[in-house]
Amino acid sequence: MIAPMRILVIEDDAGVASFIVGGLKEAGHTVDHSADGKEGLILATTGNYDALIVDRMLPNVDGLTVVRTLRASDITTPALILSALGEVDDKVKGLRAGADDYIGKPFAFAELMARLEAITRRPAREGSDEITEIQVGDLHVNLLSREVRRAGQSIDLQPREFRLLEYLMRNKDQVVTRTMLLENVWDYHFDPQTNVIDVHISRLRRKIDKDFEPPLIHTVRGAGYRLSESA
Amino acid sequence: MGVFGASALVLIGVVWWTTVGYLEQQTNATIEAQVTGLVEQYRQRGKRGLEALIRERIAVSTGVPTVYLFADRDLKPLAGNLDTWPAGEADAEGWYNFSRLGEDGRRISVRGQVFVLSDGRHLLVAQDQSRLEATRSLINEAFLWALGGGLLLALAGGFLMSYSVMRRIEAINRASREIMTGRLQSRMPVRGINDEFDQLSENLNAMLDRIDSLIEGVKSVADNIAHDLRTPLTRLRGRLENLTARPGLDEELRGELTSAMTEADHLLATFRALLRIARIESDTNEREWSDVDLHPLLQDAWELYQAVGEEKEIVVHLGTASGRLRGDRDLLFQALCNLLDNAIKYSGAGSEVLLDTTASGDTIDITVADRGPGVPAAERDKVLSRFYRSASVTGIPGSGLGLSLVSAIAQHHGGRLVLTDNNPGLRATLHLPALPPAEATPVVELAFAGAIP
Repeated sequence: MIAPMRILVIEDDAGVASFIVGGLKEAGHTVDHSADGKEGLILATTGNYDALIVDRMLPNVDGLTVVRTLRASDITTPALILSALGEVDDKVKGLRAGADDYIGKPFAFAELMARLEAITRRPAREGSDEITEIQVGDLHVNLLSREVRRAGQSIDLQPREFRLLEYLMRNKDQVVTRTMLLENVWDYHFDPQTNVIDVHISRLRRKIDKDFEPPLIHTVRGAGYRLSESA
Repeated sequence: MGVFGASALVLIGVVWWTTVGYLEQQTNATIEAQVTGLVEQYRQRGKRGLEALIRERIAVSTGVPTVYLFADRDLKPLAGNLDTWPAGEADAEGWYNFSRLGEDGRRISVRGQVFVLSDGRHLLVAQDQSRLEATRSLINEAFLWALGGGLLLALAGGFLMSYSVMRRIEAINRASREIMTGRLQSRMPVRGINDEFDQLSENLNAMLDRIDSLIEGVKSVADNIAHDLRTPLTRLRGRLENLTARPGLDEELRGELTSAMTEADHLLATFRALLRIARIESDTNEREWSDVDLHPLLQDAWELYQAVGEEKEIVVHLGTASGRLRGDRDLLFQALCNLLDNAIKYSGAGSEVLLDTTASGDTIDITVADRGPGVPAAERDKVLSRFYRSASVTGIPGSGLGLSLVSAIAQHHGGRLVLTDNNPGLRATLHLPALPPAEATPVVELAFAGAIP
């Protein structure tokens, strides 16, 4: 569970808004809601929020403009864009406008939480690309040489397995959903709804966890996976 | 057509009979009238008077040549335009048929009446039948032509009529078959001439529209239910999650809570899939479409699923993976995933699955073929509808939405999902409109011919 946050939800669809606001409040967060782009933008610039959830289509000022305006005024509050189904185009536009992630409707609440967690815990933007080595416990991954070692022992990974591990390592201690994995490791955007990702995780587990203690890849029931030193 | 022909035949027969009969009657009447007139003259003016009248009549005779012969008791001619009394016998009514030599040497048939006068002298008045016969044969000929022509017209008309009827029925049949194969937007042809066929088509179309709107209604109700139940269900799931996180919970209870949470997840997943199908079906937006190269798409799908197959000792083969089409890359990939997932799910250990493409003309077929139990022919259309699961797979978990989603994605791309027998197993084929193969980017060589001033 993540620490309580102050979150602003800008969403004009009453049903979706109450679904998100209710869920976030139940998870212990403080939530403000606005159904209007202009009002939302004012709140976002004046209020001190830990994260923003912004719908793509909004009255008066659309979601992308809200994020773009915030970024132009050097407000770096992590922002998650919500969009109608399958509009991959929106993802690209959203990220280009300065959003930190994108989620298509309809989404599971666990998915929203995992992504929110990912963007709020993400290390400061600057310098994040310079990471060349990530370490979790006794597992070392060199992103340049693509070398993987655990307890000093070299582990041989297929290219896709390496990308999977890299993504889990970059988001260490955070829950990543199956959809996030499919999106970031395979670059396809949809909710897999099958055990296909689990199979690839279990292959990776066999290589990095099977002969070592303690296990690093944890299954988070009903959400996804977490790579972490502690259970 | 037979009735039409028969009635034409009867009509022509009656007209023939009356026309020819009328001509005969007219001849008879003329002769009878002449005989009556001459007999009257004889009675009043005697032998001399009759002879004079006959001569006069012969002199002024025009039109149909008439034969007059006045003879004594021994049939010796007294006056008239015939040299001898013709051979032959008169019938009971005094009608006499004979022939005489014409001017051109041909024998001409003659018909007339013999009247025996009170003093035993004979009077014969007759008319040439040649004109009558000519007329009769003319009429016969005309009627034969009319009959032949009429029959021919009747045949042609009948054929044309039944042909146009058959053609219009066939058009309606064709439209029905189209609708049955899933093109629900097809309608019966209407010619705009408002005949019985147009009315039939219009009624059928009105019926189809009504069915369409009912189906739409049912669909939107289902989708609204899915949409509205998602929020409370998500809350329920959240509560369960909070409960499982509570410290000091005994393990058995935690297990129960976890499985309840899994159930809620299944429900949410089903609702999500249902909503996604609804969105794909109603979405005619092609904004996210791009030119999709099938090679990397199939390669990725194969890579993703061969690992799943390996777990079950199923080998997933990748055949030809080429072709290009216009579409939504993510949706197409999801369709492939669902098909591969099914193929592996329903296949036994040691089995094989083939992912392949075949291009033909302007379509591209993406096939996923397995050696599993297959789908009975009667159920192949049904398994594409939402929530339908074949009775033969009740033991295997599934939502009954996977193939519906694939089918919706195929239709979204102007194509079709077709299930056929793989003898044994199932062969699921996505028929999709293809793009022409990518043109090789021409290699541009920059050649500088001489110095540019």
